Amino acid sequence: MAKYLLLKHYRGAPAAVNDASMDTWTPEEISAHIQYMSDFARRLETTGEFVAEQALAPEGTWVRYDGEGRPPVTDGPFAETKDLIAGWMLIDVDSYERALELAGELSAAPGKDGKPIHEWLELRPILTMPPTITE
Amino acid sequence: MNFRELTPSVIGVLVRRGADFAAAEDAVQDALVEAVRTWPTYPPRDPKGWLVTVAWRRFLDATRADAARRRREDAVSEEPVPGPALETDDTLRLYFLCAHPSLTPASAVALTLRAVGGLTTRQIADAYLVPEATMAQRISRAKRTVSGVRFEQPGDVATVLRVLYLVFNEGYSGDVDLAAEAIRLTRQLATVIDHPEVSGLLALMLLHHARRDARIAGDGSLVPLAAQDRGRWDTAMITEGVAILQTALSRDRLGEFQAQAAIAALHADAQDATETDWVQIVEWYDELVRLTGSPVVRLNRAVAVGEADGARAGLAELATLDPSLPRYAAVAAYLHERDGDRTAAARLYAEAARKASNAAERDHLTRQAARLNTG
Repeated sequence: MAKYLLLKHYRGAPAAVNDASMDTWTPEEISAHIQYMSDFARRLETTGEFVAEQALAPEGTWVRYDGEGRPPVTDGPFAETKDLIAGWMLIDVDSYERALELAGELSAAPGKDGKPIHEWLELRPILTMPPTITE
Repeated sequence: MNFRELTPSVIGVLVRRGADFAAAEDAVQDALVEAVRTWPTYPPRDPKGWLVTVAWRRFLDATRADAARRRREDAVSEEPVPGPALETDDTLRLYFLCAHPSLTPASAVALTLRAVGGLTTRQIADAYLVPEATMAQRISRAKRTVSGVRFEQPGDVATVLRVLYLVFNEGYSGDVDLAAEAIRLTRQLATVIDHPEVSGLLALMLLHHARRDARIAGDGSLVPLAAQDRGRWDTAMITEGVAILQTALSRDRLGEFQAQAAIAALHADAQDATETDWVQIVEWYDELVRLTGSPVVRLNRAVAVGEADGARAGLAELATLDPSLPRYAAVAAYLHERDGDRTAAARLYAEAARKASNAAERDHLTRQAARLNTG
């Protein structure tokens, strides 16, 4: 078993095939989209492959250390140039192929006109504990 | 009394009396809850007999409630009560059922830990860092998969051993030490089945486990074999592993776990890294290649050849292998450094670090690259 992070990007990823801003969908289309995502997560729970998921707000703030005793400098969001993560799901699957299959399925969530969004998802393996046997 | 030790044989008795696997497991869990409640006040004379009686009653109650099952229940309750001689046999059958070929490796591991190891769903979930609900589903799916599977078609020994090896390799997390659990289960298996590869796997686990304290430094970083403080190896465990291995090898039915254990034993035998008998290790790798044909084994063999015959020889072996193999870059980096090419080694260590699948290994490889780049 290996864990993978599925990352949905607001920006920064290549454009989805069915690329229409969510505010141009009908309310029913939005409901169908959300239902699809929630059904997907529920089903992965029953197959024993679900670990966790969260949606993230688009407004991010950039923070950095700026010297002893001084407040951290905050700025942003850098909406034009910077990537933003829209949300993520953590899965625990038997193989990389299975992770690809699930990412493909999640990318097919319905969007505008009830057609799949075909959005790009980033698939990242989670670093694991060192196995007991490596020597 | 250790509930975990009793669980598999009690489930085994119920299953052999005709209970469905999932129903038997549920009934035994109920009986265990009852035992925790009543045993402190009324300790039974025969804990296992008590559990079988209570679990069987629970099973019958559950089955009676299900009208569709009535006829089968009547049929099985007419069966004679099995004698104590069959106890170990039941446990063994349970091992084979849990490692049934129709289960995915993840399901087989989860079911084995639950039904044979007696761990709670929460403990297994913690060990595998997944939510309890996910692990509960994984286990109940596994139970459904093997429900109705009769003992006529069990998984083979090799599958059982693979499952135990997977548990062992998962290492340590949460409040359950999976390596220790795997050793406990393999020991049990060794008492009920006479097979040199069961001994081979047990020896392999003991020999690796004996080095555990020396493998990880206080800050969590990996300590490679050559740099380990051999004074921290568990010599009693090594002695036991070597003895088990020697008995297995004397039966002249070599398998891959025995060959791997033999290599681990040769490492354990050296007082310090420079005394390692690499020539013999290469010979064992030859056996392993013959037994498995695995490219990963060939990669490990290239390291051993590099130690036995020099870095050039190791690099020549490496050149015959597929560079996309896991840890190929790490091996190449090591051999290039031994060959005196620090530039290539630094580049390859950095590449290996990017491809590492766990944090401790990545950090170790990054430090190796940094050492060469700044030294």
